[in-house]
Amino acid sequence: MIKTSELAYRYPESNPIVFPDLSVEPGHALLIRGESGCGKTTLLHLLAGLRKPTYGQVIVDGVKISDLQTQQLDQFRGNNIGIVYQQSYFIQSLSVLDNLMISPYSRDIDKARTSAGRLQIHDLLHRSPQKLSIGQQQRVSIARAVMNDPKVILADEPTSALDNKNCRQVINLLLEEAAQNDAALVIVTHDDRLKSNIKDTIELEALLV
Amino acid sequence: MIGKIAWKNIVHKPLSSILCVSLLLFGVGIITVLLLIQKQLEDKFERDLKDIDLVIGAKGSPLQLVLSSVYHLDAPTGNIDMAEARTIMENPMVAEAIPLAYGDSYRGYRILGTTEAYLNKYDAQIRDGRIFSSPMEATLGARIAEKTGLKVGDVFLGTHGEVKDGGEVHEDSPYTVVGILENTNTVLDQLLLTRVESVWQVHDHGEHGEHKGPGGVFSEGREVYSAQHQGLPTVEHGEHGDHEGHDHGDHEGHDHGDHEGHDHDDHKGHDHDDHEGHDHDDHEGHDHDDHEGHDHDDHEGHDHGDHEGHDHDDHEGHDHSDHGEQNEEITAVLLKYKSKRSVYNMPRSINEQTNMQAVIPSIEINRLFYMLGIGATTLKLIAAGIMLMAGLSVFFVLYNRLRERRYEVALMRSVGYKPFDLFGLLILEGAILAAMGYALGWVLSRVGLYFINRQAQNDFNQQFDLGFVSGEIWLIAITILVGILAAFLPAWQAMRMEVSETLSEN
Repeated sequence: MIKTSELAYRYPESNPIVFPDLSVEPGHALLIRGESGCGKTTLLHLLAGLRKPTYGQVIVDGVKISDLQTQQLDQFRGNNIGIVYQQSYFIQSLSVLDNLMISPYSRDIDKARTSAGRLQIHDLLHRSPQKLSIGQQQRVSIARAVMNDPKVILADEPTSALDNKNCRQVINLLLEEAAQNDAALVIVTHDDRLKSNIKDTIELEALLV
Repeated sequence: MIGKIAWKNIVHKPLSSILCVSLLLFGVGIITVLLLIQKQLEDKFERDLKDIDLVIGAKGSPLQLVLSSVYHLDAPTGNIDMAEARTIMENPMVAEAIPLAYGDSYRGYRILGTTEAYLNKYDAQIRDGRIFSSPMEATLGARIAEKTGLKVGDVFLGTHGEVKDGGEVHEDSPYTVVGILENTNTVLDQLLLTRVESVWQVHDHGEHGEHKGPGGVFSEGREVYSAQHQGLPTVEHGEHGDHEGHDHGDHEGHDHGDHEGHDHDDHKGHDHDDHEGHDHDDHEGHDHDDHEGHDHDDHEGHDHGDHEGHDHDDHEGHDHSDHGEQNEEITAVLLKYKSKRSVYNMPRSINEQTNMQAVIPSIEINRLFYMLGIGATTLKLIAAGIMLMAGLSVFFVLYNRLRERRYEVALMRSVGYKPFDLFGLLILEGAILAAMGYALGWVLSRVGLYFINRQAQNDFNQQFDLGFVSGEIWLIAITILVGILAAFLPAWQAMRMEVSETLSEN
């Protein structure tokens, strides 16, 4: 599970962004909607521990990750959090399979093959990631995000670059994988197509203090 | 995984990797070849030098004398007189004196007249047959046997001079192979060894012909005389014989039997009192300008007391008639002292007082290496420059790749790699590039040396071992260090990268 309290972030020489408290139980999903520039990605990075909040706390699986040191954070994230980005990032020099096993905390080849089977990318495992279509790439990203049996899956605009068909597939796969892993799923997006799939929604407006 | 990623990253961009590696490999290759050649030349020169404290030979270039007599790499400076050399060889300070007589060759390989002591100096072991014992018997160095195919019992002819083909062949004096040596990794391996007497025998006819000619030997005789008078405790027996012969002719021509009689008795008996006693006015009374012009003025000009001071026992101990016939010459003498303290006194007296020169080979060889070292240093600087450029290219390549790969670095952080892991990844890439450069440079150096060997085999009879030399350990360390230093800044940047900022860029 993941929850936040009184979370705010302040970029240098600008006003702090205050985020509403949120809490997601294992196996549940939360959609955070908002227009560009309202701090969606900032919030996701705060939840992932990629950025430290100026105020407030992020608690993942009972651990206050906002208090951890950089190295501890990297390790905690590697063990407990799966992230799917808007754009698929891969190590270009590695095959799809090696990209699935990239994390130092999830090097189980059987698990990689099983996930790939569920996500229907098992014939792509030995291809180079840049040779895949965007939809395929996003499915690989999802497979990678669940490699470490995450407590929390965070997705940043996972569907905005996809057509309707792929969009449907990806959101369904995300929900299935989260349920499969009993992970809390948080999606930040401005993509209205996702509204129908996820009940819990928070509308994000930049709250300036 | 870091190792796999580092390796895959290098293979993924082959062109820039090849650029880095090829610059490194040329730098490494050049330096390795230099290291190998320098080390092995120094070792070889050291091995061949053994405990030779002093080399005596004809006057000329000291370095040439050392190269020709100790290493057999150069032409001799000339010949020296055996009897004159013998006084030095018999000096009580000398522990061992080995005469060398050379100048002939077989198929470009030197025929060296010497004694068994020379073989013992290099711990020669007989592989086949025996060591030469009589004149015209030859024992071959291992490589010579291999190259020429000569076997025990075979007969070969020496060629005058040291040329591969052409040159005058001594057809009437064949050598017989009586033995073949084991490989010693010394200069012995490329010599055809025989007794000094063999060399004399081969050249017997030629030299006598020369020396019998009027005038030439006469002046030579005078030279020897003056050398004697300068205090060298030896008398040139061979020249005496010639001197006598010429004197006879001359004197007879002038028709003064009286003079003739006493002069030669005196010389033979070395009765100098008598010589002094004879009336020089009387001589002048004779009408023989020629005679006066050289012989008697010379005699008069010198202190006969000094002449008397010569070691006459020694003199008389030699067989005059024999030496008179045969003009014994050798090319060089290798000396070893009983005490190293003598090393610095003897050469000066020899150089100043005889027409031979004495050279301390270790000094000449140090001088040679110093001179070679200047060239090698220049090449090493060039190679170091290449290495520096290689280092810079590794830096640029990694730096550029890091810019392209910043999302990959961010991704790695987001899946749990620590900042230091990323630092390590980049450093590892630099080190792998350097190691590949080193490995290929090592191969290049061996291939290069193989071809140098093929050339050197023909030109110098020198083979370089392709094995590892100690300096290479340093080169490995330096090369890897170049790779690591070049990777340091990109690695630092990867480590310090702000993941969130990078991922928010688009």
